[in-house]
Amino acid sequence: MFYPIAVFAPLAGALVSGLLGRAIGDKAAMGASVLGMVIAAICGPLACFQLTGGADPATFDLGTWIEAGRFHVAWALRYDTLSAVMVAMVSFVSMLIHVYSIGYLGHDPRPRYRFFGYLSLFSFAMLMLVTADNLAQLFFGWEGVGLCSYLLIGYWYDRPSACAAAIKAFIVNRIADLPFAVGLALIFFKFGSLEFPVIFPAVAQHTADTYELFGTTFPALEVIAFLLFIGAMGKSAQLGLHVWLPDAMEGPTPVSALIHAATMVTAGVFLMARMSPLMEYAPVALAFVTFIGASTALFAATIGCVQNDIKRVIAYSTCSQLGYMFAAAGVGVYQASMFHLITHAFFKALLFLSAGSVIHAMSDEQDMRKMGGLGRLIPVTCTVMWIGNLALAGIPPFAGYWSKDAIIAATYASGSGIGLYAFICTVLAAFLTAFYSWRLLFLTFHGQSRADHHVLEHAHESPWTMLGPLCVLAIGAVFAGWLLDNQFIGAGWQHFWNGTIYNGEHNHVIENLEHLPIWVDYAPLVLGLAGIALAYVMYIANPLLPVRLAEAFAPVYRFVLNKWYFDELYDFIFVQPAIRLARLFWQVGDVTIIDGVPNGLAELTTEGSREVVKIQTGSLAVYAFVMLIGVVVLVGIFMLSR
Amino acid sequence: MTAATNAAGFPILSLITWLPLVGCLVMMMVRGDEATVASNARWTALWTSLLVFVLSLVLWVRYDPSEAGFQFNEQVAWLPEYKVGYSMGVDGISILFVLLSTLLTPICILSAWEVIQTRVREFMMSFLILETMMVGMFAATDFVVFYVFFEGVLVPMYLIIGVWGGPRRVYSAIKFFLFTLTGSVLLLLALIAMWLQAGTTDIAVLLHTTFPAGMQNWLFLGMFASFAVKLPMWPVHTWLPDAHVEAPTAGSVILAGVLLKMGAYGFLRFSVPMLPEASAVFAPFMFTLSVVAVIYTSLVALAQEDMKKLIAYSSIAHMGVVTIGIFTFNVQGISGALFQMLSHGIVSAALFLVVGVIYDRIHTHEIARFGGLGDRMPSYALVFMVFMMATNGLPGTSGFVGEFLVMIGALQVNFWLALLGGMGMILGAAYMVYLYRRIIFGRITRDDLRHILDLSPREWAVFAPLIVLTLWMGIYPSSFSNYFDATVGAMVQQHAAALGGASKLAGILPAAGGITP
Repeated sequence: MFYPIAVFAPLAGALVSGLLGRAIGDKAAMGASVLGMVIAAICGPLACFQLTGGADPATFDLGTWIEAGRFHVAWALRYDTLSAVMVAMVSFVSMLIHVYSIGYLGHDPRPRYRFFGYLSLFSFAMLMLVTADNLAQLFFGWEGVGLCSYLLIGYWYDRPSACAAAIKAFIVNRIADLPFAVGLALIFFKFGSLEFPVIFPAVAQHTADTYELFGTTFPALEVIAFLLFIGAMGKSAQLGLHVWLPDAMEGPTPVSALIHAATMVTAGVFLMARMSPLMEYAPVALAFVTFIGASTALFAATIGCVQNDIKRVIAYSTCSQLGYMFAAAGVGVYQASMFHLITHAFFKALLFLSAGSVIHAMSDEQDMRKMGGLGRLIPVTCTVMWIGNLALAGIPPFAGYWSKDAIIAATYASGSGIGLYAFICTVLAAFLTAFYSWRLLFLTFHGQSRADHHVLEHAHESPWTMLGPLCVLAIGAVFAGWLLDNQFIGAGWQHFWNGTIYNGEHNHVIENLEHLPIWVDYAPLVLGLAGIALAYVMYIANPLLPVRLAEAFAPVYRFVLNKWYFDELYDFIFVQPAIRLARLFWQVGDVTIIDGVPNGLAELTTEGSREVVKIQTGSLAVYAFVMLIGVVVLVGIFMLSR
Repeated sequence: MTAATNAAGFPILSLITWLPLVGCLVMMMVRGDEATVASNARWTALWTSLLVFVLSLVLWVRYDPSEAGFQFNEQVAWLPEYKVGYSMGVDGISILFVLLSTLLTPICILSAWEVIQTRVREFMMSFLILETMMVGMFAATDFVVFYVFFEGVLVPMYLIIGVWGGPRRVYSAIKFFLFTLTGSVLLLLALIAMWLQAGTTDIAVLLHTTFPAGMQNWLFLGMFASFAVKLPMWPVHTWLPDAHVEAPTAGSVILAGVLLKMGAYGFLRFSVPMLPEASAVFAPFMFTLSVVAVIYTSLVALAQEDMKKLIAYSSIAHMGVVTIGIFTFNVQGISGALFQMLSHGIVSAALFLVVGVIYDRIHTHEIARFGGLGDRMPSYALVFMVFMMATNGLPGTSGFVGEFLVMIGALQVNFWLALLGGMGMILGAAYMVYLYRRIIFGRITRDDLRHILDLSPREWAVFAPLIVLTLWMGIYPSSFSNYFDATVGAMVQQHAAALGGASKLAGILPAAGGITP
């Protein structure tokens, strides 16, 4: 019973707040929205504990959705470990962020009911996504979170940059959603259903199925897995389709924390785990998942090292951490990727919210070059941000240590070539992660202040509505890894997951995690400490060094600073040609060619009749004369032919 | 009048069809000064159309969805020696379009309440006559009767554009008339040929008449000429943007909402079931044109600077999805096409109303004249957002169901058909989101927008039923698709049987999950 309440309470909050907000006033709307979320945050974890405590998995049937011939999908909530864990996390983190937003938007001159309406609606869509019992409903949530993300990125709609970022996020996600939708259609074509309870048991019978594409025959499951993964790449901002995530930081910071760190962007990882019964039969697609994930982990980390906007550093860090999760999923240890998903939700939401607290204190300044030495002014924020970064960098016993190490170990344990590639990428990324995290800490909280003194005079610690959620998340960032390790990937994993995550017959990577060389366990930690040391040298001991390095390696620096020129490349090969093609089709295709024919015909008719009109002069003499000539000619012909 | 087996017990279809003309008569009888006539015309038109709508709900309630054939049949001898009769009836394919027509007419009349100030009576009469023609066309079960109504639609629409339209109304009206009429001549030829072959024009009989394969191809082309222009398909679509731009709001609404469905309805009613072999032969051709339409017109929409043109082009792209669905010949594809038609009937009509709201206030469709309306018009922004997302096919709105079913149907034919036909998902999002950004987002920079007013109660009354329908169709589509399930199922089976190929059957029968192409 708790479970459906957890899903629908946010919807009720969103409707009250969003639709009645103007009528009942800002405070009441905010109250309704937060209340809905609090109810969800009580019911969601309770439902999860019931399940782990031995309750039976179930399906809550809500009714028919779409029917056409043998195509049938229902509205239903799936109640199993994988869904319940996500529901617990999403509802809890979302509730904290709702509370935080009360304080964060305290100075915003606009009415806030719209913001809370969107935020609650997002939570509902996300909960529908994770509780879906079929792929169509999952797609409902998938698109719903995309819509809310678009609305929230563009929340400050009078800023051109926010509008541009919102549009970019929506369209890039749509580009990925099209293959995803085609993937669903292909699943229906092969399996005759989109319902999980029908698909999963049937996968084994379809391993020999083939599908013809590009004139070649592929295993059908591989094609499906590829199409689904492209959808996941868009939502989870993986290499190639990551371009929208950094720009999405134009939205208010609580949005970045909730949507672009803790929940929505992890939907792709969740999809991999949910579809594990199918993914496990698509080894090539899985290798591709590992490749993209590991590459993203490293690539995004390099960019994170040179960004100056505090939120963008964390955004690239998110991108990179999502790469870790995909790397783990790709080698078949979905348990580890889910583990990292949960711990990451805590510490990354914590990081974003503390960054928001910094920005709040600094009168909306986001450039770290204009900060420094803030640790004394805002000590609580500084402390929790240290905790978040310790977790992110994987320093024991903080949460990230448990889950990130498990992922790195899993890539090594897989023993495959692509696994080794992923191992190298993720270990290097661990070094860079620690480096940019402490670069952020040092630039923001330590050393000399570079801020404007007017700003510093107003710098103040945030109100308790903001610090409260920060402290709760900090507790999570400290203990989540240690508490959950045994259930998620340790000895108790089989009992805990209860079959909701499937590992193929020959997939023993998770068992092998315990028997790895000792150096594999310590490599990320050692490199992480080295990264911290390097950050100390560069930003505390010798603050002029970064400038000199940037000058010495100017081309490399510019390349990384400009995010590997992805935006420029896409603009050149996709956006500009599309615009030119649009104009060409319109002005040449429609106006000149297609309309040219009827307009030309009309012109021809007009011109022709104008000429013909000239014959009709109205002069009797001319008519008589013409008639006379006619008669002469006729008579002449008659005479001659006789 | 003799009404044969009829679930309602009286000739309800004829009543729905002809009642609007009674309203016209009432209007014509009123004498007095201009204001009295105008006010009387408005109220008479509204009450007549509402009465018709309520009557049409009888169809909704009394229709038996489990039955595939025509219901509420009426038969009156008209030209018995030629086997041409006045006969009416609805099946799963047509019933919802009758309802769509009767729903949109009062909405149009309400939307034109204050805007139309000249020749109000004539305007309202045109709309009621148009309603008669539309309902008659969907309810006709005789090809000749159908043809009369099908062409009859042109006249009131021509007047609505030509008399109450914008500055280039005459050019647009004539273009609209000539484009659609040219195609219809060939439809008439096909009709005569079919009558010569079958000896009757009764649609129910024609549906079970087998035409020789060679003849089918010619008949198909004749029908194609007419239906493709009406639809409109690329490359005979250019009359539509012009007609929309010049038409008054109410005219655009009915044009997008109902008139665009006539072509696709024609394909579904005549081409596919009566000419199964020709349809199969021409399917790749139809797919090609449809995919080109989706991509080409979506791109063109991206470049538009006029709101109405943009939405007109988006309509063409959406109708491309419909033709893809129809020619997949499987249940999902055809159901999806039908659903997409209904959804588009609601959503694009609503989008033209959305444009109308700000046109009434500022008197321009030019996108660049707007910006930042979100500040002044929050309710309007919300309504616009709902319909924008519906036209983008967001799950939970009506737009998704049709598009998704068509994609599922298309993939059973060909992977690339599904992928390229789905390009509207990306491009549609691009042009709509870009439009929304230019109208609603940003800051208000122009003085005349600083005091623009949000939706009035009358405008809310216009939008509310459309919003409810959009969400209802998105969340519980079965209450609509349930009406055509049986008819579509029978149609697909008949089509497969006519082709006789075992390979075609395999894709349609329920037990055939997991076959490889």
